[in-house]
Amino acid sequence: MTSLTARVAAGVAVLLIIGGVIVSIAAFAYGREAARSAFDRLLLGAAHDIASAITVQDGKPVIELPVSAFELLAFAPDDRIGYRIIGPEGKTLTGYEEIALPANRRDLRDGYFDGSFFGEPARYAIVSRRFAERTLNGTIRVVVGQTMLARNSMAYDITRKALYVLAASGLAMILLAVVVVRSVLTPLERIAGGLSARDPHDLTPMDTSVPRETAVMIDALNGFMARLDRQMNSMRHLISDTAHQLRTPVAALRAQADLFSGEADLSRKEKIVERIQTRSASLGRLLDQMLSQALVIHRGDSARRETVDLRDIALDVFEEGDHAVLNPEMDVALDIGEKPVEVLADVPSLKEALKNLLSNAFKYGRPPVRIGASLEDGKAVIWVEDAGKGPDRQTLDELGTRFNRGTLARQASSGLGLAIAHSVAVSFGGELVLEQTSGERFRAALLFDAAPARSA
Amino acid sequence: MRTVFLSWRTFLAGILVLLNCGLSAAQEMVADFGREGAGQDLVLRSTTDIAIFGPVVETFLQAHPDVRLRYEQWGSNELYRLSRQDCRSDEAGADIVISSAVHQMVQLVNEACAAGYRSRLTDQLPGALRWRDELWGITREPAVMVYNRDLVPAGDIPRTRFDLLDLLRPSDTRYAGRVATYDIEESGLGYLFAFADAQEASTFGALQESFGRTRAISTCCSADIIRGVAEGQYLIAYNVLGSYAQGYQQQDERIGIVLPSDYTLVLSRALMIPKQARRKPLAEAFLDFLLSPEGTLALRTALLISPLLEAEDGNEGEGLSSTALRPIGLSPALMVALDGLTRETFLRRWRATFP
Repeated sequence: MTSLTARVAAGVAVLLIIGGVIVSIAAFAYGREAARSAFDRLLLGAAHDIASAITVQDGKPVIELPVSAFELLAFAPDDRIGYRIIGPEGKTLTGYEEIALPANRRDLRDGYFDGSFFGEPARYAIVSRRFAERTLNGTIRVVVGQTMLARNSMAYDITRKALYVLAASGLAMILLAVVVVRSVLTPLERIAGGLSARDPHDLTPMDTSVPRETAVMIDALNGFMARLDRQMNSMRHLISDTAHQLRTPVAALRAQADLFSGEADLSRKEKIVERIQTRSASLGRLLDQMLSQALVIHRGDSARRETVDLRDIALDVFEEGDHAVLNPEMDVALDIGEKPVEVLADVPSLKEALKNLLSNAFKYGRPPVRIGASLEDGKAVIWVEDAGKGPDRQTLDELGTRFNRGTLARQASSGLGLAIAHSVAVSFGGELVLEQTSGERFRAALLFDAAPARSA
Repeated sequence: MRTVFLSWRTFLAGILVLLNCGLSAAQEMVADFGREGAGQDLVLRSTTDIAIFGPVVETFLQAHPDVRLRYEQWGSNELYRLSRQDCRSDEAGADIVISSAVHQMVQLVNEACAAGYRSRLTDQLPGALRWRDELWGITREPAVMVYNRDLVPAGDIPRTRFDLLDLLRPSDTRYAGRVATYDIEESGLGYLFAFADAQEASTFGALQESFGRTRAISTCCSADIIRGVAEGQYLIAYNVLGSYAQGYQQQDERIGIVLPSDYTLVLSRALMIPKQARRKPLAEAFLDFLLSPEGTLALRTALLISPLLEAEDGNEGEGLSSTALRPIGLSPALMVALDGLTRETFLRRWRATFP
């Protein structure tokens, strides 16, 4: 059942049916009780009326039935009337001997009982009257009864009226439900309308002036759009950066190639080829780095965070041994401790950052180079250290401002390596710290909040 | 139609006089209507004289030529006993029972002896003229006073019960011993009228006392009483059925009719279809016919729906206010009239009046 309206309709229908059955039963029970007590009183009144009309003459009970008693009973106009007057010896003085008294009531106190009258169910009242005359001593009992037509029709009448009320209120409930469902669904329709009317490139947050219950959806939608927006932006930046950075080396390559074709001297030609080789090699590195940066940016927003031990990252980078191939003359040492250094991050991004920092150290630093991971003041740190002095203070300051402006990537490859490390740090809530250590060494470190220790 | 009616009347007048009164154990008279060997037999038991009801039956049979209707005329008490016995033994007797002793009919319906029926016509009856859709009032007949025009001087004609009391009050009144009324022990209708009178007004006690003191006559049967008045045997008759009186008056100018203006009881003969009737659909058709315009016209012609109750007919009933008309409604309250002890008490008082 996918329609909200259908669900509400089904709910209301079930409620109405169950409620209807319960109310009908209750109304019928109440109606029967009301009819019973009303007509029982008529019976009792008639019986008392008759009982009070009994007199004693010459030692015999004498009675002239009061017409008023029967007129009272005629309030149930179509019901048959049965009566029986029983003398002190149990002999029927007058009336219908067919009326059987309930067998289990020997003493026959005043009250009511159910019976039948010529095959039709009937209700009777008994009233006793005691005589203590010289000539007549004993109890005369008056039994008056009536069939049940009027009682039943009154009970049905009450039930019917209750059902009318029920039907009316049911109708009102249905109308109300329709109105409520409509008004609940209005914000959704507004949102849908707003979305479809939007420019396809418009990823700004949507209007959140909607009921609290639908605001959740709007918030989720806005969060999603913000992420989309960020990715689109970084992609745009990447593309423009790439274009910008590739233009110069490619133009230089082309110039060298032109020179080469126009050069006759063999020894100079060889020099040009050498230059072209160097250029294309550095162009290859630049491309590698730019792709890494694209990967890092992409993963920073989209990859799932997992618990990563920074020692593993350092170990992996160390063991992969790219540095040994590229710079066989440089010594690299691994420095990791016993304790795990865990953060919530993404393995490929961290590796990429560390590799870039390492290659920077090779390029600009002095051996020996060390890489490692450690816990410092509650921060998880992964770092690369060399024996050089690092860039001077001014360059470091400039680097800092460029990170913040996000323009670092337009620099040469060193800047790009730092930019990648910086992006990774920012993506996982950490920072890139470049500093002179106490031992006159230069250290580039990524600091993250340590992941809460696993309950191992 | 009219000629048929008159020929019936003359034809049966003799038998009516002969058999109207006296037989008590069996039906008083039987007549068969419709042609011999017609398909369906319908048995109607009634207290109404054949001579009076016959034309109504004839009209019905004109529309139902395949019906042969056996009309049995009974005294009311015998009819009650017989119907009750048929009902208890579940024996098919009559298909239709019509009685002027409506209290007995109410009793029969109360004892579940009747079959129910509803139609548009029965629904049109006023509530007082039907009960449980098993008993219907089909006629309108006032209880009237009849006097001898020749022997009662105009100034003495009683317009109300009080007038009658005044006539009987003087010790040397010439009406002593010459006022007649029903013997209520013999006639179910007489008892019903007397009982209704007793419910209606305290006048009846005084009237009863006057009747006793002036040695009024209680006797059987409308026809006897009316003829007695016409012939001068009685001067005034009290509580005579208006339909009979008017029918007699049409042939014999010697009687006058008064609808008492203090109040006039109006009787509706009650019709019931016994539950064990064999021809219920036909009986229902007969009932619908009686309630239809045609049937009503036939009943009016037979004086069973009394023209006396219509003010413009110029009779003595003229100017009777409608509040003075007291219809005897078909309601369970009439059962009181038939209660054994109550009846005994009532009759004991009556016997004290007419020793």
